[in-house]
Amino acid sequence: MRFALSGEQEQFSHSLNDLLSDVDTDSANRAWAEGDPGPGLKIWRRLAELGVTALAVPEKYDGLGATPVDLAVGFERLGYHCAPGPWTDTVAALPSLLDDELLTSVASGETLASVAYAPHVPYALDSDVADARLAVENGRLRAFTPGALLSSVDGSRRLFPPVAGDDLGTALDADRAFELGCLATAAQLLGAGRWLLDTSVAYAAQRKQYGREIGGYQAVKHLLADVATALTLAEPLLFGAAVTLDRRDVSAAKVACGDAAHLAARTGLQVHGAIGYTAEHALGLRLTRVRALVGAWGTPRFHRERVLS
Amino acid sequence: MNLDLDERTLAFRDEARSWLAANVPAEPLKSFDTAEGFAQHREWESRLADARWSVVSWPREFGGRDASLLEWVLFEEEYYAAGAPLRVNQNGIFMLAPTLFSHGTEEQQARILPKMARSAEVWAQAWSEPEAGSDIAALRSTATRCDGGWRVSGQKTWSSRATFADRAFGLFRSDPESLRHKGLTYLMVDLRAAGVTVRPIPQLDGEPGFAEIFFDDVFVPDEDVIGTPGEGWRVAMTTANNERGLSLRSPGRFLAAADRLVSLWQEAGRPAHTADRVADAWIGARAYQLYTLGTVTRLAGGAELGPESSVNKLFWSHLDVALHETALDILGPDAELRGAWSDGWLFSLAGPIYGGTDQIQRSIVAERLLGLPKGAR
Repeated sequence: MRFALSGEQEQFSHSLNDLLSDVDTDSANRAWAEGDPGPGLKIWRRLAELGVTALAVPEKYDGLGATPVDLAVGFERLGYHCAPGPWTDTVAALPSLLDDELLTSVASGETLASVAYAPHVPYALDSDVADARLAVENGRLRAFTPGALLSSVDGSRRLFPPVAGDDLGTALDADRAFELGCLATAAQLLGAGRWLLDTSVAYAAQRKQYGREIGGYQAVKHLLADVATALTLAEPLLFGAAVTLDRRDVSAAKVACGDAAHLAARTGLQVHGAIGYTAEHALGLRLTRVRALVGAWGTPRFHRERVLS
Repeated sequence: MNLDLDERTLAFRDEARSWLAANVPAEPLKSFDTAEGFAQHREWESRLADARWSVVSWPREFGGRDASLLEWVLFEEEYYAAGAPLRVNQNGIFMLAPTLFSHGTEEQQARILPKMARSAEVWAQAWSEPEAGSDIAALRSTATRCDGGWRVSGQKTWSSRATFADRAFGLFRSDPESLRHKGLTYLMVDLRAAGVTVRPIPQLDGEPGFAEIFFDDVFVPDEDVIGTPGEGWRVAMTTANNERGLSLRSPGRFLAAADRLVSLWQEAGRPAHTADRVADAWIGARAYQLYTLGTVTRLAGGAELGPESSVNKLFWSHLDVALHETALDILGPDAELRGAWSDGWLFSLAGPIYGGTDQIQRSIVAERLLGLPKGAR
């Protein structure tokens, strides 16, 4: 037993972090929300060069055949930096749904996918920029055409109701695709929660009220300590689920990462005060992203039921 | 990253499982905070020791099995899953022993540990004083140098197990001019020595789980000083990190309790109003188990327990209370009847108080882990 990331996985996380710190994901999110995916797609291509899009693609389609743990490492950083685009659909779910040449262009970053998964993913993400649009229902795949754009609480998540078209046959492994979609969502929640904590700690250490840093006040410290505790104990659930891919573990991870990220978001807003409530501040991007992801790929209620079943 | 166990570890786990299945008392023992229960627990721990299961991670020469930390965690899971009793000598095994392994002399280890392993000597902790709870640097009991040792005077309180225990360990101010963390000495004291008075204090359950200890010019020989005199704070920090961290609350306890809670909920007809909290208790216990396996991996790689011990303690103390309160809510009006769940609930309520309150732990996490400015506690 060795329950810790390998040196290569740590290195991958750092490389991803360096790249995402260099590109401006905040503006890319804002442009994406306004219907301009250009800056976001530029980031997509940069990440593809690093191998992110090839992670779960089998080697025979020029993929990396990476493990779910590698996926969790990657998605945690994507969540930390709030990368826009259908990452879960394309990188986590799609490679388990089909065994097809299409995966070669997914691996290289040319093809983006938008996946609806009845009943837990009723609206497909970013179908307007995706080249592959697949709806999964009862283990079968259908191509779909997107209906009218729906507004998400997170403006950079463009949602479309799928209007089902041609039947494409039985999915390769629909269950695995679902578990990986849940896992990737949990990982992004953990990452987003960490960004919220880091940013709130940095703010609390410099923002002064009544003549001293607000982070020196016990009331503020204790709020942030609770966030740190929740995130610290959510992480092993995420990686434990990545190792076992057991339904109960995946659901436990989704619930715990969602709860921890939600606590981080609420606490982050409280610590930042009014500045955090403005559209200019990046906090809002994460706050709304977290709320959207808490309900995506299975609601907390659904996942708690799976834990108890 | 993997959770696979090698053959040797699996064999160790299977051996533990079989032995426990054959030997765990069928009837729950009486509370170890009663005279009769204390004797029953002492007898149980001596049986555990006969089969070398009482302190599996210790070296063989002291009664252990040289088990790895991972094997220890697995043993604890088996122990609690089998419904085996809480350990009456937990203060000794989980708090004093790690200190002796780090700071004790060979003579002290050889003299004290084998008797501790069989609970032939049961230890009480004597940290708190009337004016010093979580703030143990404020303590006032004194140790004055004398020929061949120290003369101890003062008072300790909230001392767990002291009512029936044989010996106690704690910090005493050995330099009367010293302030706060300086000038403290770590001593082991015989609770039957001349000048010691133990006054039992009943806890919430009515049993004398606490005691006050009065020291009136009690002689403590030099051989019972751990580490350098005056350096007791540094020595004690090892103990505190162990209490808050890995040792005292093994994940097995919470996993076993969470599994019992899920069964209780199912038998009660899966009441919807408690479903989320039952799920969260299981999720919390699983998180704690996996977190511990991560800690085991880090420690095996040479890391030491630091402020993460405080994260650990905040998490399990909250989990333990929430888990038991959920069980009581499922039981409805019967929850007020004395029984395993209400007793467990009373026991869980102490978690956020001892070993440094949750508020102290939050300040430690905020300052030492997150780097927020130090401020008045």
